[in-house]
Amino acid sequence: MLSKEEMQEIEVEAARYETRQAAAIDAMRIVQDRRGWVSDEAVRDLAGFLDMSPAELDGVASFYNQIFRRQVGRHVIQVCDSVSCWLMGYEPLRERLIRMLGAGMGETTADGRFTLLPVVCLGACDRAPVMLVDEDLHTNIDPDQLDTILDKYR
Amino acid sequence: METPLTANIQPGRRPPDIKAYRQAGGYRALREAVLKMRPEEVTQAVKDANLKGRGGAGFDAGLKWSFVPMGEKAAGPKYVAVNADEMEPGAFKDRLLMEGDPHQLIEGTALESYAIQADVAYIFLRREYHLAARLLQQAIAEAYDSGCLGQGILGSDYSLDIHLHISGGRYMSGEETGMLNAIEGRRANPRAKPPYPQVSGLWGNPTVVNNVETVCNLPHIVNNGAAWFRSLSLTAEGGTKIYGASGRVRRPGTWELPMGTPLRELVEEHAGGMQEGYRLRGIIPGGASTEFLTPAQLDVKMDFASVEAAGSRLGTGTIIVLDDRSCPVGMTLNLEQFFLRESCGWCTPCWGGLQYAVELLAGIEAGAGRMEDLDTLDSLAAMLAPGHTFCALAPGAAEPLGSALRYFREDFERHIREQRCPWSS
Repeated sequence: MLSKEEMQEIEVEAARYETRQAAAIDAMRIVQDRRGWVSDEAVRDLAGFLDMSPAELDGVASFYNQIFRRQVGRHVIQVCDSVSCWLMGYEPLRERLIRMLGAGMGETTADGRFTLLPVVCLGACDRAPVMLVDEDLHTNIDPDQLDTILDKYR
Repeated sequence: METPLTANIQPGRRPPDIKAYRQAGGYRALREAVLKMRPEEVTQAVKDANLKGRGGAGFDAGLKWSFVPMGEKAAGPKYVAVNADEMEPGAFKDRLLMEGDPHQLIEGTALESYAIQADVAYIFLRREYHLAARLLQQAIAEAYDSGCLGQGILGSDYSLDIHLHISGGRYMSGEETGMLNAIEGRRANPRAKPPYPQVSGLWGNPTVVNNVETVCNLPHIVNNGAAWFRSLSLTAEGGTKIYGASGRVRRPGTWELPMGTPLRELVEEHAGGMQEGYRLRGIIPGGASTEFLTPAQLDVKMDFASVEAAGSRLGTGTIIVLDDRSCPVGMTLNLEQFFLRESCGWCTPCWGGLQYAVELLAGIEAGAGRMEDLDTLDSLAAMLAPGHTFCALAPGAAEPLGSALRYFREDFERHIREQRCPWSS
C-alpha cells in the first residue's frame, strides 16, 4: 500500500509531465527514499497508481542502477570504478573495502549496515579516488582512513 | 582574461542566492530578451557567437535550435531538456557550474526556452549529484518567487515552467534520445534519428537538448553580444571553456580559459606538470569516449576543430592523463568495462562487440593473450565505430580502444609475449 504522503508526492511529480507514466522514475525514488528499496509489492502498487502494468514498470525499474529492487543495508557505499579513479588507486581502495566489510561488490554486510556497489564516474575526478556514502561524497580517499570515514555511519 | 562562467563561483562557499546573483547582473539578460528581443533574435545572437555544444559533440547550438518549428502555427507544447547527467568518465565540469552558480543555469535555461518558445524545461540531473539537486531546487523556487519563472516572466507575456528531474541512473540517460525516453518514464534506450528531437522529441513534440555548460553561456552572450563572445576565444569557436585535468598531475582541477587554449598549457602550466616520479604516456582529451593523444601532440589547440584534426575529439575538455606507472592495457580494459556495463543492449554490435572486446582485453591483461587477439580487437574497434548503432555509445567505446591499440601496440604485444602484465608486481 502506498502511503498518503507517498501518493501526494508522486502526484506533484506527475503533474509536471504529459503522462502519468513519466513520473515512474520519480515515483520509485519517492518510495525508495522512504523504504530503502522498491519491493515487488511496491512495483505492483506503483504500477496501478501510474496506469501501467507491473511488468512494464519493472522493465523501467530494472534498467536504472539507482533504483534498488533488492533490499539494501542501512547505508549504501558507491565506489567510483571509472578511469580517473582507476588511475589514482580505485583497486586498492576496493580491495580494502571488501576486506573490511566482509562483503563483495553488490553485497550487503551480515549486520545489514552497509551495501557495497560500484558506480560510474562521480564527477570529482580531480579529487580521486572518490566514493559516495548515502548522500555524502568522500574524496581523495586514503584506504588507511576508511575506518574513520565509515565510523559515523552506524 | 575574462571568466564569465565562473565569475560568481567561489569554491568552498555557498553559491549566490537570487539577490546576490541579481546584484552581480543576473537575470538582466532574461529581462532584456523577454521584453525587448524576438525569440529569433536570441537564436541569431547564439548563432553569431559560434557557440559549440559543450556536452562533447560540439554541434553549433544556435543551428540546433533553428530546426525547431517556430511561429504561431507551430505545434506545441515545446520542450527544453538540459543535460545535467554528467556521467562521462573523467568529466567534472558541470558539477562545478551547478554547485557554484545555479541561477546562471536557470537563467540560461529560461533564455534557451524563450528562443524556441518552449512551454516547459526539464533539468535532467544525475541522481548522485545530491548537493546540486538541493541547490537547484532552491534556485528554481527563488526564481518563481521573484517572477523570473512561471506566468508572465518579468512582466512579459512569456510563461515558462522549469522542473528538476532526478535521474534513475545509467550513462545512457545522458544520451540525447535516451534522455527523452528517461523523462517519459521508459528505459533509456536510444531512438532512431530522424526524426530529430527538435521536431519530434518529448511525447512527439519539438524538444531541444543542451548541455549545462552550453546553457550557462547564454546569459553572457545576450548581455555582451556575439562579437564579445567570439573575442574571448583564441580560435574561431566562440567563448571560454571549462577545462580540467585528472590523473597523476601535480594540480588536478578545473580552469575556465579561452577556447582553444593549447593542451601543453593545460598540462604543464595549469595542472603543474606530472607528479614527481611519473612521466606522461598519453592523454584522453575529453572524457572516456575520446581517442588518446600522445605526448607528441601537446601543441594541439583545445577546440573542437583542432582536436578533431589531431585525430581525437575535444569532448568535454576535461583531460585524463595516463602516466608511465599505469598500464595502458589495464586502462583500456577499465574504459571498455565501463562501456560494456553501460551499454543498454539495444544494438548488437554494441553489447556483443563490447563483451568480446572486454574478454580479450581481460585475457591479455591477465597474461593469457594471443597475438591474433590484437587483430580481433582491431576489427572490433572498426565494428563499434559510427554507422552500425543507433547512438554514440559504441563509437565512443571504439575511440579509446582503437587509439590504444595504435599508440600502445608495443605494450599490448609485450603483455602477450611475456604472458603477464609488466606493470603488476
